[in-house]
Amino acid sequence: MDLLKSIAESLEHGDDERVHALVTEAVAAGLPAGDVLNQGLIAGMGVVGEQFRLREIFLPDVLLAARAMYAGLDVLKPLLARDGVPTAGTVVIGSVQGDLHDIGKNLVGIMLKGAGFEVVDLGNDVAPERFVDAAARSGAAVIGLSALLTTTMSVMKDVVDLVKARGLKARVIVGGAPVSEAFAKDIGADAYGFDAANAVDRVKALAAGA
Amino acid sequence: MRPTLRLLEDSLIERILDEARTIVGTLGVEIHNPGVLALLGDHGARIDAAGSRAFIPGALIDRALESAPSGFHLYDVLGQETHHFCGDRVHFTPGSAAITVLDGDTGEIRKPHTADYIKYVKVVSGLRHIEAQSTAFIPADVPSRVSDSYRLYLSLLYGEKPVVTGAFTIEAFAIMRDLQLAVRGSETALAEKPLTIFSCCPTSPIKWSDVTSQNVVDCARASIPVEFISMPLTGFMAPVTLVGSIIEHAAETLSGLVISQLANPGAPVLWGGSPAIFDVRYETTPMGAVETMMLDCANSEVGKFLGLPTQGYIQMSDAKQLDAQAGLESTMGATLAALSGINSVSGPGMLDFESCQSLEKLVVDHEVCAMTQRLLAGIEPRDDFPSLPLFEELLREKHLLIAKHTRKHLKAEILVPGPVIDRANHARWVEEGSLTLGARARAEVARLVAAYTPSRLADEAKAELTRRMAAEAKRYGMDRLPAQT
Repeated sequence: MDLLKSIAESLEHGDDERVHALVTEAVAAGLPAGDVLNQGLIAGMGVVGEQFRLREIFLPDVLLAARAMYAGLDVLKPLLARDGVPTAGTVVIGSVQGDLHDIGKNLVGIMLKGAGFEVVDLGNDVAPERFVDAAARSGAAVIGLSALLTTTMSVMKDVVDLVKARGLKARVIVGGAPVSEAFAKDIGADAYGFDAANAVDRVKALAAGA
Repeated sequence: MRPTLRLLEDSLIERILDEARTIVGTLGVEIHNPGVLALLGDHGARIDAAGSRAFIPGALIDRALESAPSGFHLYDVLGQETHHFCGDRVHFTPGSAAITVLDGDTGEIRKPHTADYIKYVKVVSGLRHIEAQSTAFIPADVPSRVSDSYRLYLSLLYGEKPVVTGAFTIEAFAIMRDLQLAVRGSETALAEKPLTIFSCCPTSPIKWSDVTSQNVVDCARASIPVEFISMPLTGFMAPVTLVGSIIEHAAETLSGLVISQLANPGAPVLWGGSPAIFDVRYETTPMGAVETMMLDCANSEVGKFLGLPTQGYIQMSDAKQLDAQAGLESTMGATLAALSGINSVSGPGMLDFESCQSLEKLVVDHEVCAMTQRLLAGIEPRDDFPSLPLFEELLREKHLLIAKHTRKHLKAEILVPGPVIDRANHARWVEEGSLTLGARARAEVARLVAAYTPSRLADEAKAELTRRMAAEAKRYGMDRLPAQT
C-alpha cells in the first residue's frame, strides 16, 4: 500500500521519473496492474484535479502530473491489456472543419490523457466524416469537438447529425470560446465543456453513461 | 527598469521650495502652542507671541533638512522588520481614522464598534501586500477621549503589523506611547525598532494647532516616526493652481519638519500629505480627482528632492459603495502613487472621501496593491537571451506550459490574483454562482476572518496592554472595556 501511496504522491508532484521507477518496482513486486493504475496513478490524478479545481495549483502542475501519469502508463499498458483491465475509454478529439485553432483542443487532449483516457487526436480542420469514421474505428465512447470561430461552430451540428445518422453510440461534447451550453443543446450535443478541466469532468460522466 | 512618473522639473521644484521658504520666513507660521513657539524662538526664529506666529529663517530649515534621516525602518509587534521607507520603495497602508464603516452584510454606512475593529484587524492581518495596519476607523462604543488610544490598543492586541495612527489630544500621546512600551519593553527598544507612525496634521493655511504641534514634539522626543499630513484645498484654503497648492504644502511641511528636528535632531519623518482640490459644485474635497492625485505625487517629488521619505493619502475614492467609481479612482491613485515612488501609500479600503472604511473595498484594493507592485517590478530579461532554444522547444512541443523556462519564471513574471478578481470564462463564472465583485469581496473577507490566527505577541504583553488601556478608559469614566466578541 505504501508503494501505491508513493506513486500517487510522486504523481502529485509531477515527478515522472520517480513515477516510472515506482510503477516498475510495483509491477516487479507482483502488485496487480489494475491496483497500480487505480490506487496509484488515478488516485494521484484525483488529488491533483481537486487541487486544481480549488485553485491551489495551476495548469502547469496538472500537466506535469499528467506527464507523470503517462510515464506510469507506459509501464502498465501491456499489463493492463494482458489482464483485461478496462481503460477509462477512448475519446476522439479535433477542431472542426474550417477551424485551424487547436490550443484549447490540445489542452483538453493532454488533460484527458492525464485522466487515463485513450485519446485519438485528429488535429484541426477535421471534416465531420473523419470524426465519425475515427470514432467507429476506435470504438470511442466520446467525440470532442472544438471551435474558436463563430463561422465554424455550425460544423459541430453536422458532426452531431452524422453520428446519429450512422447510429454510433459515441456521445458528443463540444467546447471553445464561442460555444455555450445553450448552443450545445440546440445542436443536440450531449455535453458542453467550458474549459479543459470541466471538459474532462464532462467526458468522464459521458463515458460512465451519464 | 523601474517605471516612474515625474510631474515636476527639478527647476520648478527649486522655485516651489524658494517660495515656501520665503513664506515661512516672511509671513510666518501660526502656531497655537506656547512651548513650540518657545522652542522655535530659542533656536533663532522670530516670534510674535501675541499673534502666535513664528517666522522661521532659512538657516533653521537647512539644519532640519540636514538632520532629518533620508529613510527609516518599521517593525512589527514581534520586532521583525516590515518596512524600509527609502528611495522609491512603496508600502501600502489602509486609509485611517474613518468615522463610519460600510457594513458588508447590510450595505449600510454606520458608526463602527469594537467588533468591527477586531474584524478589520483580522482581515488586514491576512493581506500580504498591505504591510501595515492603520487605525482605520474610530470605534463609537468608547468615550471619544480614548477613541484614539483604544484603536491602537486593539491593533496591537490582535494584529502583528506595525500601525499608522495618531493622537486626537495632547494627553492621549502618553497612553499611546505607553501601549507601545508594553509591546517593546523599553523606550530604548521602541526607539530602536519603531512600531508606529503618527500622523500630525497642520491646518491650512500654514497653521499648527496646540495638539498637533505638541504631537510632533512628543513623537520626535520618543523617536516615534511622524508623517506630516498637510491638507491644502485648492481654490479655497490654498491657491487654485496646483503649483500654488504645492508651495503651500511645502511651507506647512517644512515648518513641521523644523519643529520635529528641533525637538530631536534625527527624528524619523515622512514628507506626507492629504491635499485635495475643492469641488465648487458640491463643496467637497474629492480624493478621487485626478488633480488631487497629481498633487499627492508632486508633493512627494518635492519631498524626494529634499532627500526625505514620503507619504500620500491617495488610494481612496469618493464613491459611497464598492462600485466602479470606487475601483477606478482607487486604482488610478495606487498606480500613480507607485509610479511616483511614494514610500507610504495610504488609502486602501477608504470610501466617501476619507470618512468610510469598507473591508470589502480593502480586499479589492489589496489586489490593486499587488498589481501595482508587479508593475513596479517592471520588465526584466529572465533567461530570454538567446531565445532560439526556447522557440525551438515551443515549435517541437507545441506549447510551453510545462517547459523548464515556464516553471522557473512563471511566479515571478505572472501575478496570480486572489479570488476577488474574476478571470473565469463566462460559463465557469455562471457555474460558480455568477458572483458579483461585492459578493466575491464579502466571501474573501469571511475567508480572511476565518483564517486569522491570534497575534504571537507574548501573553504577558497582551495582558499589560489591556491593563494600561483599561486604566486609561477608567480615567474617562468607562469602568469596563467593551466586550471583544
